Amino acid sequence: MGKISRRASLAIIGAAPLAGALAVRAEEAGDGLSSSREVIRSRYFPNVTLITHEGRTVKFYDDLIKDNIVTINFMYADCGGVCPGITMNLAKVQKALGDRVGRDIFMYSFTLQPEHDTPAVLKAYAEMHGVKPGWSFLTGDPADMELLRRKLGFVDPDPEVDKDKSQHIGNVRYGNEPLQLWAACPGLANPQWIVESIGFVDWPAGRRGGR
Amino acid sequence: MMSAREKERQNAARNRRELIAAGFSRRDFVKMGLVTRAGWLVPMRGLSARSLRSDGEEDGQPTSPPTTPFVEELSMMPIKQPVTSPLTPAPTQAPNHTGGEGRTRSHQAFLTSPPQKYYMVEQKEAFVSISPNLDLQRIWGFDGISPGPTYVARYGEPVLVRNVNKLPPKELNGGFGLPSVSTHLHNNHGPSESDGNPCDFFGPFEKLDDPRRGDFYDQHYPNVLAGIYSTHQATQGDINESLSTLWYHDHRVDFTSQNVYKGLAGFYLLFNQFDTGDELTGFHLPSFPNFDIPLLFADKVIDPTSGQIFFDLFNLDGILGDKFLVNGKIQPRFTVSPRRYRFRLLDTGPSRFYQFHLTDPANLSAVNSFWQIANDGNLLPKPVSVSNVRISVAERMDIIIDFSKFAGKSIYLENRLEQTDGRKPNGVLPAGQGNFVLRFDVTGPAVPDNSVDPALITKFYDLPDNTAQPRVTRTFRFERGNGMWQINGQFMDCTSARFRVKQNTVEKWILQNNSGGWQHPIHIHFEEFQMLKRNGVAPPPVERGRKDVARLQFDEQIELFFRFRDFVGRYPMHCHNLVHEDHAMMLLWEIDDTGDLNTRP
Ligand SMILES: [Cu+2]
Repeated sequence: MGKISRRASLAIIGAAPLAGALAVRAEEAGDGLSSSREVIRSRYFPNVTLITHEGRTVKFYDDLIKDNIVTINFMYADCGGVCPGITMNLAKVQKALGDRVGRDIFMYSFTLQPEHDTPAVLKAYAEMHGVKPGWSFLTGDPADMELLRRKLGFVDPDPEVDKDKSQHIGNVRYGNEPLQLWAACPGLANPQWIVESIGFVDWPAGRRGGR
Repeated sequence: MMSAREKERQNAARNRRELIAAGFSRRDFVKMGLVTRAGWLVPMRGLSARSLRSDGEEDGQPTSPPTTPFVEELSMMPIKQPVTSPLTPAPTQAPNHTGGEGRTRSHQAFLTSPPQKYYMVEQKEAFVSISPNLDLQRIWGFDGISPGPTYVARYGEPVLVRNVNKLPPKELNGGFGLPSVSTHLHNNHGPSESDGNPCDFFGPFEKLDDPRRGDFYDQHYPNVLAGIYSTHQATQGDINESLSTLWYHDHRVDFTSQNVYKGLAGFYLLFNQFDTGDELTGFHLPSFPNFDIPLLFADKVIDPTSGQIFFDLFNLDGILGDKFLVNGKIQPRFTVSPRRYRFRLLDTGPSRFYQFHLTDPANLSAVNSFWQIANDGNLLPKPVSVSNVRISVAERMDIIIDFSKFAGKSIYLENRLEQTDGRKPNGVLPAGQGNFVLRFDVTGPAVPDNSVDPALITKFYDLPDNTAQPRVTRTFRFERGNGMWQINGQFMDCTSARFRVKQNTVEKWILQNNSGGWQHPIHIHFEEFQMLKRNGVAPPPVERGRKDVARLQFDEQIELFFRFRDFVGRYPMHCHNLVHEDHAMMLLWEIDDTGDLNTRP
């Protein structure tokens, strides 16, 4: 597959008015595919250190996102607004996805209240909602959690609204990291439809797993 | 080796030198909004239009490298030509699954309006120039160009378009875009299965038994007047519902913003015995294609680190570009003759609202009026003299500009609407401080003008009756809660329709926006509406026609009149801010022979 884009880019270099600049670019970037994946990684996925509700220490990009199909949402254990409904929805999504969760699909819920949501608090929350393996609740250094929230776009453009945790963003991102496919749906959408949506970023036929 | 940032700086310096060499003074640049006090060739206020995060950080949003405006001539899209030998496999009324078609339902009007012309269009990746200052851009285009080719259709001449998906496999999307597509013909009065419903996407899917799995999808466009099978059978439809400016674009659910941003959009023009495309006949509007010019607007950001078009994958509110493309080029120029031209303006977003004025930089206080003749696909009852047009995503505005009064000069199409938040426009900027998106050089040869002076046109069409009693009045509130865009508290779901309309009845729909924080261009597929009221009063003259996009502004309530005819099946209503529609601000409704009476679906 990489050959196609290389051949295409070579053809362009021949025809382009700025041939010199493009040749430099092609050298730097190598294959077009890996470079855009790299752009996305550096722009959106800081490799911060986090702790799962099971007490495991993980790196955001290396251990959670890289090579996987994932869902991402933000929540906090004490949230009485949209969180319970979203978590219940996602539990249905996990059930419908079956044993693929934990194998090549991973679900991640990040806390908005790391000061309060220790791994133990998140573990209790996960157990209360019948969360199965493959779905992790994550906490960490407050500054890292805030960085993650901003990078992943769980931000309201109005600073007053953004400060108010009860109005936090209730969307669920779904994506396929190696295939660079990302979209989102509301966490309160029909869970069956969320499952179908995650299928939009599934592996191409004949290819399972990004490794 | 130089860093990207250093290269950018060097480019800016070079561009600035070129402009100075071309005879512009520094003051000219400032006036044109091309240079700041610090001397950078970057957009100033109103041009620096990226959406900022809550803390004002430019988090994740790069600034495009500088480009030199008005050096390239405006591109014209080629006219799409029908196939010269029969399509293989031959088109069929029922979906041809075994032949590789991803359609799921039979053509409703295949026998009543058999196609007279056949087209084949391929969606594919290409590398194109959008500015001489930038690398070639990886785009997806119909026939490998963006905008795609222009279809020229005529009433009474049904066509079939075979849409072939030749996009690269999804692991080669270059960072955004999903190669499973549904091409919507926007404003088309046609059957549901050929509408390009967001849920009718097709592609090389994993599951062999998925009915949407396929390489192609045949779309049948009857090109019939509304009412042909219902209220106006005797006259083959209602001439007063004639359409003119349609467009087509990808509508893949959840991925429309990425795919359209990547280039999948183009024009589809419809002519009839009055709007003929020939200024010697019918309404005597400027002749197509020489003096009738489609203009497709798109704003984009170029990532200076990759040199490629940048799409903010994790944006929920609306994406704003700092580069303004017209017909696929950044800030082109257009050499025109001193006569009348018809322009068909189309805002393809993803999220921007524009207010276009004609600006003469040498005389900023002048109000240069022009004629608006159409809103969306429809000619207005008669031309309206305007000083500007406001246009939101997916709206079309046809205007007539008489360049004879500007002979020998250069004037600009200027967007004076400032926008710094993807959800809404800010205020209107003073003349000369907005975005100069296109320059008209009125230096073309003097040529005869046989088009009519719009001041002399007293009527295009009559407005169809809108006094019939609605069978049901339905209310839709367009809201945002916890960052989730919603309609009446619910979200897009391809698996079910939210309400059913009884065929051949009249309905009133009320659209509400109870916020001053965002605006939504709301688009309803298939049947057009007449806007009865905007906030309790009659809409302004330029909205007193028939439309398919209602600009729902701050704290507004809009009342719309509909008559549902001719075809059955599912259609969507959605916000046409592409980022909002991809975040579930959409619903499906359905026309059948019983309907329901749900007043708050
Ligand atoms: Cu909207």
